[in-house]
Amino acid sequence: MYAPLEFLDRTFSLCSGSDICPSSDGDNTAAPMDLSLGRVRVPRGASIAPRLRDVLRDEQNSSLVKFLHGTTTLAFVFRDGIIVAVDSRASMGQYIGSGTVKKIIEINPYLLGTMAGGAADCSFWERYLGMRCRLHELQHRERISVAAASKLLANIVYEYKGMGLSMGTMIAGWDKTGPQLFYVDSDGVRLRGTRFSVGSGSTFAYGVLDQFYRWDMDAAEAAELGRRAIFHATHRDAYSGGYINVYHVKADGWVNLSHDDSGITKYAEYMGFRAQTAPTTASTVDTGAASTDTMIIES
Amino acid sequence: MSQVNPLHYNGGAVFAATGNQCVAIAADRRFGQAQLTLACDANRLFRVHDRLVLGLTGLATDCLTLAERVRMRTNLYRLGEKREPKPATISALVSALLYERRFAPYFVEPVIVGLSGDNKPYCCSMDLLGTPMETDEFVAAGTCAESLYGTGETFWRPGLDPEDLFEVTAQCMLAALDRDCLSGWGAVVYVLHSEGVTVRELKARMD
Repeated sequence: MYAPLEFLDRTFSLCSGSDICPSSDGDNTAAPMDLSLGRVRVPRGASIAPRLRDVLRDEQNSSLVKFLHGTTTLAFVFRDGIIVAVDSRASMGQYIGSGTVKKIIEINPYLLGTMAGGAADCSFWERYLGMRCRLHELQHRERISVAAASKLLANIVYEYKGMGLSMGTMIAGWDKTGPQLFYVDSDGVRLRGTRFSVGSGSTFAYGVLDQFYRWDMDAAEAAELGRRAIFHATHRDAYSGGYINVYHVKADGWVNLSHDDSGITKYAEYMGFRAQTAPTTASTVDTGAASTDTMIIES
Repeated sequence: MSQVNPLHYNGGAVFAATGNQCVAIAADRRFGQAQLTLACDANRLFRVHDRLVLGLTGLATDCLTLAERVRMRTNLYRLGEKREPKPATISALVSALLYERRFAPYFVEPVIVGLSGDNKPYCCSMDLLGTPMETDEFVAAGTCAESLYGTGETFWRPGLDPEDLFEVTAQCMLAALDRDCLSGWGAVVYVLHSEGVTVRELKARMD
C-alpha cells in the first residue's frame, strides 16, 4: 500500500497472545520479552535499541519527551499504615508544563504507585500493572501481595533496560503481611523499605522526613509530616511545586487525605514568618530608590 | 536537568513596560544554583538615579560586577558633567562596557528604563554583547523571557497611567513566573513617574 508503512510492518512486529517473537535468523537479537499482555511494539533486531537509546539519552533532546523530570515524592511506613505524599509540578526542561498533575496513581483500592521521571512511562506501566494485578486476582482468587506486584513492575522495566524508560516509583499497599512499601526504578532496582523519597527534590524531603519521623505517630501527625517534607522540597527545589497530595494506606485500602496549595497556602502556614520580615537588599549597590511607598500586594 | 547555560544558572527574570509619562520595571527575587533555590531576596534592579533604573538578569556574579562598574562610571560622569546622565547615555555606557568584553562576555541581559527631562519614558533591553534594543512598548529578559513576552502582548496597551501600568506589569510578571521553574519566589515592581518612584513588593508563589 504505502511504502513507509510496509517498511514499519516489516521492521517492527507486534507480539501478542502466546506467540513469542521469532528471532530473526536465530541470532538471538529478537524482541526482549514475550509481551503476551503488554501489546507494546518493540523493535526487532539489536541494532535499533542502541540507536533509540542514543536519541533518548541526550537530556536536552529528551526534555520534551521526559515530561515530569523534576518531582518530589515520598512514602513512609508508620504505626497506622503508610503515608504517600507528592507534589504536582510537571516540568519540561525549565518550563512548567502543568502545576496540577496527579502523581499518585491508584493502581487498585489497596495499591498506590507514585510517579517520578517520565510521566508517560509511569502512568502507562502502572496502569498496566493494575491490569496484571486484577488478572492475578481472577486467576488465584486472592489479592496480589505488594511484593509480587512490585516485582511484576520491576521485571517489566528490566526487560526494557537500556531502551530509554525513565521512572522512579514507589509501590505502597496493604496485604496479608501488613503495610508494605517498595521502591522500583527503571534501572531495575527494587527495594523493600520503610522510608523513601524519589525525585529531584528528594534530598530536601529526606531532610525533613529523617529529622521528624517516628514510628508511633498517629495518622494526622504522619500526614502532616508528609506535607511538611513535600512543602520544604517544593520551596527549595526549582523543579517541584504546585499542590501537595497526601494518601493514607490503611488495612482496608487507601484514602485520599488532602490536596493543598504548596506555593501560597502552605508557605503562609509553614513559613509565614518570613513574609513578616522587611524585604532586604542582597546587593552592596545602593538600590534604595526615592520610594514614595512600599507595600505588599497579594497576587 | 543540569544547567550549563550561565544565563540560566542563577535564574531570574526582568520585565519592563512604558506608560503615559511613566515607566515600570519588575524583577523576581530568586537566587539559585541550577535547581537549588538559595535565597528569596535577590536584587536585580539597580537604581542609577531617581529617574533611571538598570535591571540585570543572568549570571549573578556578572550582574553585580556590571552594576558596580556602571555605578563607578555614573559617578565619574556626575563629577565631570555636574548633572545626572540621561537614560540613552547609560544605555550607550552599558552597551560599550559589554562589547568591551566581546570575547569573554559578561553573562547578563540588561534592561534599562528611565524618564527623560520631559517625563518621556525610555525602555531598552540588550543581549550579553551589548546590542541595544530600544522600544516604546515593553521588554523582557531572563529565564522566562518568552512567557513574559506572551503576557506582555496580552496585557499591555499604550498610554497606561502609573497605577494601571503597575497592575499590568505586576500581572505580566506573576503570570509568567508561574510557568517558570528558575524564577519567582517573590517579585518587586518599580514605577517611575512624574511624582517620583513607587516601589512595591509582590507576593508570589514560593515554590
